[in-house]
Amino acid sequence: MQTPVSAPIEARDWLRRRSRWSPFEILFWLATLLPFIFFPTYLPLANQIAIAALFAISVDLILGYAGIVTLGHAMFFGLGAYFAGIISVHGWGEPISGLLMAGLFAGIIGYIISFLITRVQHLALIMVTLGLGFLTYELANALHWLTGGTDGLRGISTWPVFGQFRFDMWGYTAYGYALAVLFLCFLLSRRLVNSSFGLALRGIRENVKRMPAIGADHKSHLRLIYAISAAIAGLAGGLLAQTTNTVALDSLSFERSADVVVMLILGGTGRLYGAILGTFIFLVARDQLAGINPQYWYFGIGMLLMVVVLFMPKGILGFLARIVARAK
Amino acid sequence: MISQIAIVLFDGFAFGMLLFLLSVGLSVTLGMMNFINLAHGAFGMFGGYVAVTAMRQLGLPFLAALPLAFIAMALLSVIVERTLFRRLYRAGELNQVLFTIGAVFVSAAVATFVFGTVQQVIILPSWLRGSVEIGDVRFGVYRAFIILVALIVTALLVFGLERTRLGAQVRAAVDNQRMAQGLGLDVERVFAITFALGSGLAGLGGALAVEIVGLSPSFGFQMLVYVLIVVSVGGLGSITGSFVGAALLGIGDVAGKYFWPEIGSFLIYLMLVAILLVRPLGLFGKR
Repeated sequence: MQTPVSAPIEARDWLRRRSRWSPFEILFWLATLLPFIFFPTYLPLANQIAIAALFAISVDLILGYAGIVTLGHAMFFGLGAYFAGIISVHGWGEPISGLLMAGLFAGIIGYIISFLITRVQHLALIMVTLGLGFLTYELANALHWLTGGTDGLRGISTWPVFGQFRFDMWGYTAYGYALAVLFLCFLLSRRLVNSSFGLALRGIRENVKRMPAIGADHKSHLRLIYAISAAIAGLAGGLLAQTTNTVALDSLSFERSADVVVMLILGGTGRLYGAILGTFIFLVARDQLAGINPQYWYFGIGMLLMVVVLFMPKGILGFLARIVARAK
Repeated sequence: MISQIAIVLFDGFAFGMLLFLLSVGLSVTLGMMNFINLAHGAFGMFGGYVAVTAMRQLGLPFLAALPLAFIAMALLSVIVERTLFRRLYRAGELNQVLFTIGAVFVSAAVATFVFGTVQQVIILPSWLRGSVEIGDVRFGVYRAFIILVALIVTALLVFGLERTRLGAQVRAAVDNQRMAQGLGLDVERVFAITFALGSGLAGLGGALAVEIVGLSPSFGFQMLVYVLIVVSVGGLGSITGSFVGAALLGIGDVAGKYFWPEIGSFLIYLMLVAILLVRPLGLFGKR
């Protein structure tokens, strides 16, 4: 009798297996529809979560998959928000084209910035992203005539989506619109990380020196994913501008850059659902705790971060995955 | 115009010296263990609170409160380092950054709980108040005092590093941690001592900073960016680098806010990014 030899699996088969949809994922996305039915009063919060989750996914692409640590990604979020807001103020309030332009704009800036990012590593990388974030913030503050400075951008009016769905005060349209964009970008990111390009990125994350040695052009990979990530961050910012009809300087702030990394780490890096789960936990906890006392929130999030780093280095989702794997 | 430049240089240098005290410890410990401690500014904050409380509750004079802030922070940092931070030396830089940011959050919450959110004031002895007029420029006495303290500390640090046994061990550990360990050096012990000294200096800087930048639970955040800029621009593990970086940043910050208030901070960050792109290791960094 012949023992079955485990044939070396083709890389393509492996990738195809990875990209198959599991029932959990389908359930998860169905669950995102629940707020429409059961929690209509929380729709604005759900909208915030969808936007922040999209932003967290954009950071996951570069931080979780390509290993670029950033503390300044709000710059692209803010650029997208201001772009979408400013074209609306100047008379073009059509949401979908406006959003696409905002994403494109952030992506182009991201591609330009990526040439700087790929030059530095470690602490210098963190500091350059941090510095660029502050730079954009100060620039937006100084360009008062364009951005409204500290007063925020006023006079945004977003037209109905497809000319049909007006942005209502309860947030039905806003959440539906943000959720749709989140889902489409998620599909794109999912396809991306389960492709050979995604594998190359993980290779760079694991060992920057070995990738060029096996002939991969790691810098151009990094530039591409950085631009894509910037574009998605820009889309998230554009969504915020369009669904709330305001853009304030805080969309560019360091807090936003830091918060998104915290959300991502809570959920778990390098797995797109980690970004969404972390955002959900972070924002719901903040909504509940900050209502009682903002200081509780700071203490709680600080402790949570320290515990997660010490005991769950792969985030909550990574921790759960390990428990499940052990139970099997 | 000349007098304006003189006063900006003086105030800027004094501010830079504060930043130097707050950041030199981080620079050396980062250079030695590659441990990115964003909570370094929190030691400065608690140092400030120690000094303020000691003067108000215990009635200590200002000159006694300063060394107390140093000692209290050095002791606190030993506890924190032994129990928490040492677990993270081998962790990735992202985990270090997040853990220590978490520590900043917690310390800010603790400070709010204990001291409230109000801005603390420190009552200086009368001989440190006021200003001296030279020509037509008024130099603040307290700022001159800060510069004096910082220069004394710098002299002690340079002497300690160049001339003492511990200094030689620190230099060896910064240059090549593995090699130093291989030669039988207890790098962890050297690191713990350096960490305590650096945190103590941050506490001293925090106590001195109360009069200049104020003190509230957000001190750790406010100073975080400045401290990081000093460390990364100056270069890791270099006292000279921290000194030059801090002086440049202090003067640049004050000059920018004085002459071009609209875009002053913009120029600071532009300089940071430009310097790091040209010299990713900082001005005086070796590796």
